[in-house]
Amino acid sequence: MMVIPCPFCGPRNETEYTYGGQAHVAYPENPDALTDEQWAQFLFYRDNPRGSYAERWQHSAGCRKWFNAVRNTHTYEITHVYRLDQARPDGLPKAPLATKEVGA
Amino acid sequence: MAEQMTVKPAATGTTDAAVLGYRRSPAHHLAELMAAASGEQVRLREVPFLTQITIRATAPEAVEAVGNALGVTMPSAVGEVAQGEFGEGGSGSSGSSGSSGSSVSVVWLSPDEWLAVLGDEADTGVSIAAVVESLSVALGERRGQVVDVSSNRTTLELSGSKARAVLDKTIELDLHPREFPVGRAVSTQMESVAVILWRSADDTWLLMPRASFAEHVVGWLADGMREFS
Ligand SMILES: [Zn+2]
Repeated sequence: MMVIPCPFCGPRNETEYTYGGQAHVAYPENPDALTDEQWAQFLFYRDNPRGSYAERWQHSAGCRKWFNAVRNTHTYEITHVYRLDQARPDGLPKAPLATKEVGA
Repeated sequence: MAEQMTVKPAATGTTDAAVLGYRRSPAHHLAELMAAASGEQVRLREVPFLTQITIRATAPEAVEAVGNALGVTMPSAVGEVAQGEFGEGGSGSSGSSGSSGSSVSVVWLSPDEWLAVLGDEADTGVSIAAVVESLSVALGERRGQVVDVSSNRTTLELSGSKARAVLDKTIELDLHPREFPVGRAVSTQMESVAVILWRSADDTWLLMPRASFAEHVVGWLADGMREFS
């Protein structure tokens, strides 16, 4: 059982939260201009690092707010939590997969 | 029937007593079960028909205006509950026309969401419509919401020297007074059910589950109470 610190409510058990996948995946500026492959990249492809990973969580049984957390996928340690209107903490891996060159 | 459908509570008056007589609380059919489960060390009962109003607002001046209408300073952090008096002293901008008033508690639910809890309108004479009207006027054109959600949840009161022992079996938060003092309320889970958990006195806890979960929560608590009865 992970204990996740909600930025608004403090530490609560994992069972109070809903997982929302990778954070900072920007919606394409012009979806019409994308190829099917690029669109699929945006919809379905996500990073899968061993280590720090910025992801979205919702405190669904508490304040019901979405926020971002940086979790180590290997140790499960949560090193940062931050509101959606706050910048991603410095020094963390950037560039979600959706912004990468397709076919590179 | 048709006659009753057209009864409209006056915005600042009281709801027709005949209409209030038709209400059935979510746990009314469990009164016997709760009484049988209760004993000297721990007791369970429903506190039905509390007036509950959801308030949503973001702008600080909107939050303050609604708080003024309720006669409280709106709580600003998790766990906080503000207490005040609505009506009577004229705190409500339009809800004080009668001679009635109700104590009000405002529970922090989220940075932009609160739950105002007042007494049963049949007891206090303060109609739900009057509270909603007063708060809506206070909110004005600013972004936000004032919604009557009195039927959304019911209130179960677990009290007695072993009340915390019963809750400790199933609530995963630390309920020691150091972490959960009297007057604290949070929304959390009881087993898998979303509840507002509120410590109203040393040995008295209020649980507010959604109406359709009342039966499950009562049964679950009654089971946890068995060893103390
Ligand atoms: Zn929260």
